[in-house]
Amino acid sequence: MTFLERSREPEAHKHWYGDMEASYVYSTGIAGERFFSTLRDKGKILGATCPKCKKTVLPPRMYCEVCFSEMGDWVDVGKEGRVDTFSIAQVGVGGEPLEEPVVYGLIRFPKVEGGLVHIIAAKPEKVKIGMKVKAKLRPRKERSGSILDIESFKPH
Amino acid sequence: MNKVACIGAGMTLFWRRLQETGKEMCWEAASMALDQAGLTLKDIDMVVLGSAPDAFDGIHMKGENLLDGAGGAKKPYMRVFTGGGTAVFTPIAAWWHIASGLAEKVLVVCEEKMSSCFPHPQSAFGHIWDPILDRPLKPNLVWIFAMEMNRYMTAYGIKKEDIARIAVKNKRNAADHPCAQLPDANITIDDVLNSEVMAWPVQRLDISPPSDGASALVMTSEKVAKKQSDDIAWVEGTGWCIDKTMWTCRDLVFPEYVAKAAKQAYKMAKIDNPRKQIHVAEPYDPFDYKECHHTEGLLLCDKGKAPDMTKEGITYRDGDLPICPSGGLLGVGNPIAATMGIKVGELYWQLTQQAGKRQVKNDPEVGVCQAWGDLMQYGSVLVMRRG
Amino acid sequence: MSERIKHWPGKRLSSKELTGGKVTTTKTDPKVKYAWACGEAMSRFLEELKNGKLIARKCNSCEQILFPPRMFCEDCFKPTNEWVYIKDTGTIETYSISYLDTDARRIKDPIYVGVLSVDGASELQGIMHYFGGVTPKTIKIGMKVKAVWKPEKEREGAITDIKYWRPLRRGEE
Repeated sequence: MTFLERSREPEAHKHWYGDMEASYVYSTGIAGERFFSTLRDKGKILGATCPKCKKTVLPPRMYCEVCFSEMGDWVDVGKEGRVDTFSIAQVGVGGEPLEEPVVYGLIRFPKVEGGLVHIIAAKPEKVKIGMKVKAKLRPRKERSGSILDIESFKPH
Repeated sequence: MNKVACIGAGMTLFWRRLQETGKEMCWEAASMALDQAGLTLKDIDMVVLGSAPDAFDGIHMKGENLLDGAGGAKKPYMRVFTGGGTAVFTPIAAWWHIASGLAEKVLVVCEEKMSSCFPHPQSAFGHIWDPILDRPLKPNLVWIFAMEMNRYMTAYGIKKEDIARIAVKNKRNAADHPCAQLPDANITIDDVLNSEVMAWPVQRLDISPPSDGASALVMTSEKVAKKQSDDIAWVEGTGWCIDKTMWTCRDLVFPEYVAKAAKQAYKMAKIDNPRKQIHVAEPYDPFDYKECHHTEGLLLCDKGKAPDMTKEGITYRDGDLPICPSGGLLGVGNPIAATMGIKVGELYWQLTQQAGKRQVKNDPEVGVCQAWGDLMQYGSVLVMRRG
Repeated sequence: MSERIKHWPGKRLSSKELTGGKVTTTKTDPKVKYAWACGEAMSRFLEELKNGKLIARKCNSCEQILFPPRMFCEDCFKPTNEWVYIKDTGTIETYSISYLDTDARRIKDPIYVGVLSVDGASELQGIMHYFGGVTPKTIKIGMKVKAVWKPEKEREGAITDIKYWRPLRRGEE
């Protein structure tokens, strides 16, 4: 079945334009607060360990998603990891071409489940899966308790 | 259909801004419900999550974001969404998981984090209107409720003070709820009538506040419930119904869709005289007039007569038919979907005599709860009986 | 168990604590734009507003005149059959007097807003719109009103081509 009439006026209204007027402030949560304030104040990357499953996860969570225990020990996972996978962005979020391509990757840390997605500060042709990288932090006074307190991961 | 039980409930504080992320709140509430049921996440077969518009949390695909806190990782999992109706529709979805025989132990989690949205959660509500007909008029969501309230009051000649009495009852009831955001043991009708006019006839104290919060239930088969718990409430009936899209073309005086949902649930529960056979009710009360509207929709009184029930003392905790003994959304708070904790959760605690200071005095055997949602058009109804 | 539960979780924050740097936060400002397709019925409806006219659709199956117009009748679930011009007068079905703007900010001069049914359409077929030339004392449910249009040159094919609806004057149709 179809409508019984169709407009034959090419000029007639066909769309109505609008946007989503709202902005957001997200609290980083109980686990996020500890992770980001430690990153900011002490320059350390923390993971959280499940007292039952004995696994350390990054980013740290308040609870273990497998057994629902509250996380026990919080441990410094260090700054060195390996590139698990990566992509080379040629366009920005709005689809605009970038002057220089940016490499984004998933960085995994030894004996830690999970990892961090971040910028890999290296020429695209030099980046390889499995390569060692190290977090480069911003200077203390520029850090605000954000994932961008890590400037990038550099080949190491 | 298999029998379905509720054997545990939990909820976080309801508060304007909680530090926890949405998933952290989910985990807190879910852990409480599991503890009460004496189960662990490993025992759970399936998980159902409910949350209202993504635009509040500001995370699209909220169901995906919240799933690990809800215990859904690597399990059969779904998110349901019927606006405010989600609060009672989520356990209805869990009920059909078990009634169908598909699952025996289901974890039910509801969440809302409205504090993320700026300048006000109203900004997100703005996006639920029709973009062509309504949004160019720059509406505030309170408007439609104000319009519905005005039509309801005018149609039956109801006085504002008789509606304000509902807000007073619920905010006073909330003084006994440990999670309450806006309890007030001493509030009076004059306080409500003298509060700031937001959109006439709606005044500040006629409205529930925006809140952060989460709640959870554990629902199981008969076999699991009897093995696991002495505190059982059976889900006896479920119903849901929605009114038409064009809200300006609806009857704003009587919520027929709630009545249809209620009739479906009552038929299933073999209730033919709800006024006699229901002993406690938790209708959705985001505004004081909505409690009246929904009490009428749930067929617990004649049309236009709900305000009289409170005037006559029937709806208080020591009355014949206590309504919103939890303190409701008006007193405890309104984290949309998470109000499951003060609707279904409260009914569970009332029917199993665990409500403490909030316990109603008429030794209730059967209760009904209801939520209301989408663009003021959706009714979800659940009837429970004590085990 | 409600009484047996000793601890109710949740860490309360004030507005200042959330936005004033007491806790770590991230902020975003989604810049999303939309072009909503109007469809057949709304495109014609908006075009007619430019002409200063209100148009509805008739369903021959249930004989209802649907307004705002739609190409299908949600009751009969059949395509609607014909275009019908209706009047620019109507009746206030309900209203509110709002001291809140769209972002819940307080405003001094209230907005009179409500639902009206339009003469010539079936019962309960209406739209939301503003009312003008009324006061909190004079506005009433059931009041007859008439559209106040923007001057033709200023109309753009929008619901706001009608500025507001004012009380119908004596002798006016």
